[in-house]
Amino acid sequence: MKVMAGLYYSKDHEWVKVEGNKAYIGITDFAQSQLGDIVFVEQPEVDDSFEAGDDFGVVESVKAASDLYIPLSGTVVEVNEELADDPAKVNEDPYGSWMIAIEMTKEDELKNLLTPSDYEKVCDEEA
Amino acid sequence: MFPYIPNTVEDEKKMLAAIGLPSIESLFEDIPENVRLNRELNLGKSLSEFELVKYMKSLSNQNKSIEDLTCFMGAGAYDHLIPSTVDHVISRSEFYTAYTPYQAEISQGTLQVIFEYQTMIANLTGMDVANASLYDGSSAIAEAAAMAVDATRRMEVIVSSTVHPESKRVLNTYANFKNIKIVEIESKDGVTDVEQLKNAISKETAAVILQNPNFLGIIEKVEEVEKAIHEQKGLLIMSVDPISLGVLKSPGDLGADIAVGEGQALGNTLSFGGPYLGFMATTKKLMRKMPGRIVGETTDVNGERGFVLTLQTREQHIRREKATSNICSNQALNALAAAVYLTTLGKAGLKEVALQSTQKAHYALKEITKSGKYQLAFNQPFFKEFAVKTDVTAEVVQSGLLEKDILGGYHLEKFDPKLKNMLLFAVTEKRTKGEIEQLARVLGGIK
Repeated sequence: MKVMAGLYYSKDHEWVKVEGNKAYIGITDFAQSQLGDIVFVEQPEVDDSFEAGDDFGVVESVKAASDLYIPLSGTVVEVNEELADDPAKVNEDPYGSWMIAIEMTKEDELKNLLTPSDYEKVCDEEA
Repeated sequence: MFPYIPNTVEDEKKMLAAIGLPSIESLFEDIPENVRLNRELNLGKSLSEFELVKYMKSLSNQNKSIEDLTCFMGAGAYDHLIPSTVDHVISRSEFYTAYTPYQAEISQGTLQVIFEYQTMIANLTGMDVANASLYDGSSAIAEAAAMAVDATRRMEVIVSSTVHPESKRVLNTYANFKNIKIVEIESKDGVTDVEQLKNAISKETAAVILQNPNFLGIIEKVEEVEKAIHEQKGLLIMSVDPISLGVLKSPGDLGADIAVGEGQALGNTLSFGGPYLGFMATTKKLMRKMPGRIVGETTDVNGERGFVLTLQTREQHIRREKATSNICSNQALNALAAAVYLTTLGKAGLKEVALQSTQKAHYALKEITKSGKYQLAFNQPFFKEFAVKTDVTAEVVQSGLLEKDILGGYHLEKFDPKLKNMLLFAVTEKRTKGEIEQLARVLGGIK
């Protein structure tokens, strides 16, 4: 169970990597291991806008389907097309397999997110 | 003791003793007194099996069916030839009485039939995947609209007024409870007003629904609409007559995102309006948004080919509240009829049915208009159905035809009040030259 330093985390097991005003969003190692073999990632389209907490897609595994909740408000500027053809990448490399990149509209929402050590505690409670 | 229920009073006593109850009445004590009927059902005296069959036959003999009449009526349900293979296969009890194939291990036959049906529908419509079927063409249209709303996250659906009126009513019922806004586009000269439609398309439009051939039998200008809706990232839903795909471009060729339609014409009897068969096919991209069941092909632990219900996350088992639809019924026996029909005909056979239907329809138009009493209502290309206008009252025409055992001429005023005394005739490959000439003769003689 890996938690990467230098990222923000959400209680819903999403990670956020901030680059300037842009945020890359994916799901954590804990999330992928809970889901099992991932067979499909449903992603939004570029230009779709979301408020923090909205569901922006679905990740489907051989045993479950879970909504993806966006940890920050923003507009989608990029979608990781690789996951359409190879959703198993999320299992292999959860922190390298970002799902969407957004242009943040409310940067101060970052302070509501968890630090890596806080997130580790969340996982320990759930495990 | 009831007739035909072979339990004696003795049997009843034994059964009641076994479950520890004093009387049959005590089985119903949970039902409050004030909602009980408290009298015998208002049924006639019981009959023997023979008497009952005779009575029911006398009732059904009061009906006129297409066995008694020559059918030139269409408007969504068609009298095409049905090869005898269809009835033989669907009458097998393994299919006829089969329950839903939840347990793949014991349902391989049913699952394979549905899989074959899906494959044929996907090929016929030129789409990537098809579902196991829906109730009928109307529910397929409404489900497709809901699917488009779900896939695009937009709440508005544009529908052409030339779509089957019953389908529009079902669509409006669905839309009403899903808060979908339906925008209807008028028709001009029997086809969708494409300019009005283009102006109606916006970033809010989830999909455009076109029927081809439309309710009046006319071929729509799909290409222009396809471009306009895709420019705004909306979807194109096409409702098609599957028989027409023997000669017309398929929805896949025309760039449709969802293809639906009424599958009755594929080997299913008219049956006074049902049960029918709604088919639905879509692109790989939208596959997971498709409602209903899908059967997939896989391999078992020994590497043998097998079939299973697949992608069920979209259906009723989990995430029900997130599903495009909770519909999981399908019309497996009607789908089987369609699969047997298509298998019997093959590609060349289907093309022949489509060609003969369209040629005979055009011949019928030529014969009908000879008398000068009837004119083609819309000068547009049509497939197997066409509208004529006349000075004679439509009801008079219809009853004049019925007197000569001809069923035909759907009165279009029911579809659109502006189309008074216009009649819609359908001609299939089943109609003979003699029958068509008789139709023209009888029509010519009606005053």
